[in-house]
Amino acid sequence: MEPQDQQVTANQQVTAKLQAPQTTATPAEFPATEADKIFDAKNLSIYYGSFRAVTDVSLSIYQNEITAFIGPSGCGKTTVLRTLNRMNDLIPSARVEGDVHYRGASLYRRDVSPIAVRRRIGMVFQKPNPFPKSIYENVAYGPRINGIRKKGQLDEIVERSLRQAVLWDEVKDRLGKSGLGLSGGQAQRLCIARTLAVEPDVVLMDEPCSALDPIATGRIEDLMHEIKSQYTIVIVTHNMQQATRVSDRTAFFSVLRNEKPGGNDTRTGVLVEYGTTQQIFEDPHDSRTQAYVTGRIG
Amino acid sequence: MMAIASEQQTVDLREPGGWRRTKNQIATVGMWVAFVVMLIPLGFVLFTVIAKGASAISWQFLTGNIPINVLPVTFGGVGPAVYGTLVITGFASLMAIPLGVLGGIYINEYGGNQVLARVINFFADVMTGVPSIIMGLFIFTIWVLHFGYSGFAGSLALACLMLPIVIRSTYEMLRLVPDSLREASYALGATKARVTLTVVLPAAIGGIVSGALLAVARAAGETAPLVFTILVTQTLNKNLFSGANTALSTLIFQNATQPYTGAQARAWGSALTLIAIAFILMIVARLITARFARYDR
Repeated sequence: MEPQDQQVTANQQVTAKLQAPQTTATPAEFPATEADKIFDAKNLSIYYGSFRAVTDVSLSIYQNEITAFIGPSGCGKTTVLRTLNRMNDLIPSARVEGDVHYRGASLYRRDVSPIAVRRRIGMVFQKPNPFPKSIYENVAYGPRINGIRKKGQLDEIVERSLRQAVLWDEVKDRLGKSGLGLSGGQAQRLCIARTLAVEPDVVLMDEPCSALDPIATGRIEDLMHEIKSQYTIVIVTHNMQQATRVSDRTAFFSVLRNEKPGGNDTRTGVLVEYGTTQQIFEDPHDSRTQAYVTGRIG
Repeated sequence: MMAIASEQQTVDLREPGGWRRTKNQIATVGMWVAFVVMLIPLGFVLFTVIAKGASAISWQFLTGNIPINVLPVTFGGVGPAVYGTLVITGFASLMAIPLGVLGGIYINEYGGNQVLARVINFFADVMTGVPSIIMGLFIFTIWVLHFGYSGFAGSLALACLMLPIVIRSTYEMLRLVPDSLREASYALGATKARVTLTVVLPAAIGGIVSGALLAVARAAGETAPLVFTILVTQTLNKNLFSGANTALSTLIFQNATQPYTGAQARAWGSALTLIAIAFILMIVARLITARFARYDR
């Protein structure tokens, strides 16, 4: 737990670092069986061109839990999150090594369609990004592309999704108005409703509250608790209080700097510690985790 | 409390020195001068054309047959030229706009960093700068020499002229669509075609349409590409695909060099008609942009 710990490790080679023990085992006080495993990432490394953004991440995510990814900027939390529904495919230079299993099936096998993956694994983004369409059309968009055409059925889905996202009462009288006319918090809840409308299995959230005020943030956190029984949620957050408030498990990522002679430093994101949220915040096993969660920087 | 407040040194929030203010005034005056100077040729052109052309305009002028040059403007009209301009430009638009929009979509949505996309982009750029007379010559050699003069040859030349403008404007409009919208759609399990058709195009359609209409307006006024391709005739030729045709721009070109006042007056009237057509297209472009911008905010 010495503050110097990090300094020392940072000067070592990346490869040496990778042998460092990682807490990927399920903590005993939080029983979760193999059957509850939604995601199982094994030795995941993600590259952007020749830059290795994330190195050797292994972790499991469990059903009907909220799993939080925390860590400093540039540590690859979002990158890892985006591999869980193949969003990184959209970045031409991105490349994934290792594998992620989703309910036992590999996400990165050759014959896997990213379209099929994303229909089951939805995503809410950092900045609210409603379509320049009406509120109704925003929510109905997903069901429509899944082939639902009947007006009655769509109406039902739109209302149910907006209710789930705790937005219905605020927008029920102006469903025909533009989704862009909503406030930041409302727009983000609209995006959540849009994601829930396709009834995904998993909802990935990439810092969903970073653009919102505390009241809107509180609403979204309440919403997460409410929908947890039906969905599995993975959330990336910069806000450690948020992680403690909403999540069951927390993964702490950090940046590993590998100093090379000539100033050609490389840096890469690594998973430092993964466990129940309580354990990560109250009894961190790694000195870097402790430094980060106690506010001594990571 | 009051005592403390009164003792407090007041902060000087006035503007320090006069030079910044002077610079501001110089720049403001400079911008106004530039604005007025810009308006002079614009206003003068419009004023002259309206002053000399307005008296010629009548329903008969817009629809009547072109009389011989010696007759005054009260006889006949420029109907065949109006017809020719509308049909030739219309057909050019039918060819160039779908092709150009698809090209723009390809470059921005599908091409990525592929060589083909970069080549098309580069040549579209170069082609926007090609003088229109070159387009006329090009169509003259590859089409007119083999199949003869026709309105369709003129359409081909105008389409060549419009194509790069449409490609470029479509591309620029698609580039403005934020990636976050594409990602939102992909994250719901949409295919690339879906994303393009249901999110990207609707978000950019206003700009694409107004860009296309600007290209139409530009083509409607072109003279050089038509001189080589439609020849010129004074009679109505309803067959777009064969025989010489006529258009407002070429009529202006011809009549302006005539010594007869009647022919000159018809040229002024045609000029005003052409400006009116361009004006109407601009208004339509604005209306369409506004119509599609309904959900922008």
